[in-house]
Amino acid sequence: MEKNNTSLKFNHIYFSYQDDAQTLKDVSFEVEKGEYVCLIGHNGSGKSTIARLMIGLLSPKKGDIEIFGEKLSEDNVVSLRKKVGIVFQNPDNQFIGATVRDDIAFGLENECVEEERMEVLVDEYAKKVGMYEFLDKEPSSLSGGQKQRVAIAGTLVRNPSILILDEATSMLDPKGKREIIDLIHKTKQENPDLTIISITHDIEEAYSASKVIVISSGEIIASGQPKDVFTSQEKLEELELDLPFFLKLKKELSNRGIEINDVSSIEELKRQLC
Amino acid sequence: MLGKFTSVNYVYGKEGTALASSALSDINLTIDDHVFLALVGETGSGKSTLVQHLNGLLLPTSGTVQVSHYLLKTEKKKKYYIDLDKEQGKHPKRKQFKVKDLRKFAGLVFQFPEYQLFEETVLKDVMFGPLNFGMEEKKAEAIAKAALKLVGIGESYYSRSPFELSGGEKRRVAIAGIIALEPKVLVLDEPTAGLDPKGEKEMMELFDKIYQSGKSIILVSHNMDLVLKYAHEVCVMNKGKLLKVSSPLEIFQDEEFLSSTAIEPPLVFKTALELKKAGLDLNLDNIKDIPSLAEEIRKAKKND
Repeated sequence: MEKNNTSLKFNHIYFSYQDDAQTLKDVSFEVEKGEYVCLIGHNGSGKSTIARLMIGLLSPKKGDIEIFGEKLSEDNVVSLRKKVGIVFQNPDNQFIGATVRDDIAFGLENECVEEERMEVLVDEYAKKVGMYEFLDKEPSSLSGGQKQRVAIAGTLVRNPSILILDEATSMLDPKGKREIIDLIHKTKQENPDLTIISITHDIEEAYSASKVIVISSGEIIASGQPKDVFTSQEKLEELELDLPFFLKLKKELSNRGIEINDVSSIEELKRQLC
Repeated sequence: MLGKFTSVNYVYGKEGTALASSALSDINLTIDDHVFLALVGETGSGKSTLVQHLNGLLLPTSGTVQVSHYLLKTEKKKKYYIDLDKEQGKHPKRKQFKVKDLRKFAGLVFQFPEYQLFEETVLKDVMFGPLNFGMEEKKAEAIAKAALKLVGIGESYYSRSPFELSGGEKRRVAIAGIIALEPKVLVLDEPTAGLDPKGEKEMMELFDKIYQSGKSIILVSHNMDLVLKYAHEVCVMNKGKLLKVSSPLEIFQDEEFLSSTAIEPPLVFKTALELKKAGLDLNLDNIKDIPSLAEEIRKAKKND
């Protein structure tokens, strides 16, 4: 059945924080089960508002949101939220526990999971994100990338069907960024049914996703496979959105009368130029 | 000379206790006038600690920090703020300067400056600094408006609450608040983290403009693309030590040195380096970003 295959659906969503300014205008999209979708767009384009709507922190002014075919409403927001986990941009704003262990366990405690089962789960997920040796450390002593790994473990341990990352890598250093992107891909491999929705500025990450949705001034202006979206360059250029490195270089070379085929590594580039 | 660190050590927490942890060890650094200097290194390498000495927010545990004619040191647990221009005076008290004067000289923009926002409206928030430094209301307002214009925040925002702005907008307002103090040195700790690529570019162009107008920029950044494009000099830090001070070109070329650090040259530079090794005659000096790389490739191809 088609319905079972759609994990999340936005139907003609309108939203505004103030009456005069529309933050989202007629936003509709569908995310299939197991997809890895990146939402990209400028600061202030409405990306984070979409994330908040997804977990019912905000309610749309018009239109409705379906999670696994069920319309999100005040009555079912609590139960539906169990299927959705979110990791926010700033790791420092989402720590509750005094130790990494407490922090990963927090969501489980909330759901009244038995203590023995909880211990097993916390250990398992700390291992999955590579933070097992840090279980007794204070979250404040960790690096940004480590903090986000803990936050991801704390979310995944609740076994959500949808994982939302709201600019989870944008405040990290390059090493931390890579740690998180690698972890996302690893998680995806281990759990192909997990739907991942990542709100990001990282164009290289978006390029590696299964689908990209581009948002500008509260509207969806492009969506599809990254290859197609990024090569329909004109639209993205109008928006001054970034392109992946090798696409940008290809375009700059073409402007200078040097045509090359698509490449995705320095090695491939060398073969064409040298 | 803009500043000088002489044998600077900094220890967080009380020395000799379990809580003490050394953040800077034996830093010696001379900063020339009119620099665009970048500080790079892993999280926890001491970059933020170092720059907080530049406006007297932190004083060295031992050693001295001089910024312009302001000298900072700690002796026998007492903090000294010495105005070297007043050194001739007889009374030691007359040598003291007000740390406020140094704060106006060196404006520090923290990591996540949006945490510093607190006023009811955007305009009031940016006016706070100048007013606090004794400027009259009308002038403060004019300066605040000019600073907001510089960072790309329009009039329609003046009366809005800073807290309902988007992340990128908050960042701009916070930076306008520092620019409004008209500092001679702008110290920026990861100013573009969390901004989108367009916002990042606009912000960096603004800092470059401020640099071109004769002021100094000291930038802490993990983003090597920005370091390559804008900085003229780079300080590499690791575990509280200053490893190297050099031009971006020299540092990004030194593969042996880089392999001992966590720093990776930007992809654009790495690509240029690899193409050059493979026989394309590129002038690495000119590589700043993707367009300049494409231009160098074109020139090399033409001469082929």
